[in-house]
Amino acid sequence: MSDPKKPKRRDFLFTASYTIGAVGVGAAVWPLIDQMNPDASVKALASTEVDISSVEPGKSITVLWRGKPVFIKRRTEEEIAEARAVKLDELKHPEKDEDRAKNPEWLVMLGICTHLGCVPLGDKGDYNGWFCPCHGSHYDTSGRIRKGPAPVNMEIPKYEFVNSNTIKIG
Amino acid sequence: MSDHNYVPSTKLGKWFNDRLPLLSLSEHLREYPTPKNLNYWWTFGGILTFCLIAQIVTGIVLAMHYVAQADLAFESVEHIMRDVNYGWLIRYIHANGSSMFFLAVYIHIFRSLYYGSHKSPREVIWILGMMIYFLMMMTAFMGYVLPWGQMSFWAATVITNLFSAVPLIGESITNWLWGGFAVDSPTLTRFYALHFLFPFLILGLVILHIWALHIPGNNNPVGIDVKKPSKDTVPFHPYIVIKDLFALLVFLTLFAFFVFYSPNLLGHPDNYIEANPLVTPTHIVPEWYLLPFYAILRSIPDKLLGVVAMFASIFVLVILPWLDTSKIRSAVFRPLYKQFYWILVLDVLVLGYMGALPPEGIYLLIARIATAYYFIHFLVILPVLGFKEKTIPLPLSISEPVLNESHEVVNNNKMSTE
Repeated sequence: MSDPKKPKRRDFLFTASYTIGAVGVGAAVWPLIDQMNPDASVKALASTEVDISSVEPGKSITVLWRGKPVFIKRRTEEEIAEARAVKLDELKHPEKDEDRAKNPEWLVMLGICTHLGCVPLGDKGDYNGWFCPCHGSHYDTSGRIRKGPAPVNMEIPKYEFVNSNTIKIG
Repeated sequence: MSDHNYVPSTKLGKWFNDRLPLLSLSEHLREYPTPKNLNYWWTFGGILTFCLIAQIVTGIVLAMHYVAQADLAFESVEHIMRDVNYGWLIRYIHANGSSMFFLAVYIHIFRSLYYGSHKSPREVIWILGMMIYFLMMMTAFMGYVLPWGQMSFWAATVITNLFSAVPLIGESITNWLWGGFAVDSPTLTRFYALHFLFPFLILGLVILHIWALHIPGNNNPVGIDVKKPSKDTVPFHPYIVIKDLFALLVFLTLFAFFVFYSPNLLGHPDNYIEANPLVTPTHIVPEWYLLPFYAILRSIPDKLLGVVAMFASIFVLVILPWLDTSKIRSAVFRPLYKQFYWILVLDVLVLGYMGALPPEGIYLLIARIATAYYFIHFLVILPVLGFKEKTIPLPLSISEPVLNESHEVVNNNKMSTE
């Protein structure tokens, strides 16, 4: 009899068969999983152009981009000053306002609470920014999380000013 | 099983039974020896079976009229309510049926906790039951999304966002669940497909649950083993069947009250507003039966830990047979456990109430204390109690407390050494 610990030809055949079988099953299952990912028609709705000429200072509009609300806020001087006066070490998720708003007058961000996805309410909360009614997260005038369960600041989407009256999101 | 020697009376029956022993199965179900001291808390298994069948039947009928597409879903539900013959009745039975289903399952679970039905040798029955309960919650949640009202949409958003708490791959998971970048039509359609599938998975688990039950037989209010069949047991049919049917009738009275007199009492009025991704309702609450878990989620100020705590609160139930170290099953003979049991009931009710209130100030504090107590009960009190508690001597048989009024103290070492 040969040494039982030494791999035999049959062991090699078993391992090779299992491996090939596992790869085959994986290849067969993957389409069934991947079909649930965003499809081509959803991905095609990548960008939206928004006319912002009618937004007054201190007001904001909400537009839908990829099924998500985007806040476009025209901030007042006081709101900008308030956002810029905050020291970074006071923040849960430190980000400079200068990095969040390319043009300080316009704050463009996803209007989605980073906790569990509700739409926060504007001009509310302890920091004069946004307040999420679902689980009580407070955001400041730069959309940064200041208090509550949300882990990070509201997300800034990719956007650009096409001209002084139009923003292209996406 | 004592029906191995069963022989059908007719020749055809015998011919068939030799090939597929369905008649033996039916005979087993008929004469299945059941402890004679079962009280009405034991009728909820039958009631739950009824609830599952009622949900499947009304659900299949609703599926013939409902359209799972974001632009049409809300209107198709109103179409069912206004145009479809008896559509209002069938939908109200289905919608209130989920509440009645959960009411019955909570009574069923708390009955197990009181009488120690989760303990050896019934751990597998208990774990199967917890799997059924978990699937029920998923099914109910996805069903609640289908009418595509405001509460539907935002419940779907909040619950699917729980998965965004997963480090690194959270966003990929949520996009995969949604089939997009937010809850939208693809989400609705897949929830519908799964809402249709899951009840049949539950049905399969229910069959395993009953199968596992029929191996050791029912626990009973005294919580001691019975010899079966013996003078301690009665055949399932007709004794238990009739008793279960009577309890079902009483239960159906309550069910009918909700369906016919206050069909929207347990729902939320905001769900009669069509889903709007731009506006979150000022106060989002899940259905009442999920509120305790919602309170646990909200009481933790960290996103990931909140989600972990919520799932952990279900997981501690799964491993309960090993957390509860006491050999004595029934709370009747456990004076301390009995008190902690009722504190737990109160704690879960408080959690449910806090889940319905806004998470701020004193409510948040109460929810946090109740959450902490929930875990302390299962992870600290139950394991310790099994060693510290002085239990009351057990009777020798379940006939004894009935037949022997004098209640003489008998040698209970037999039970604890078994």
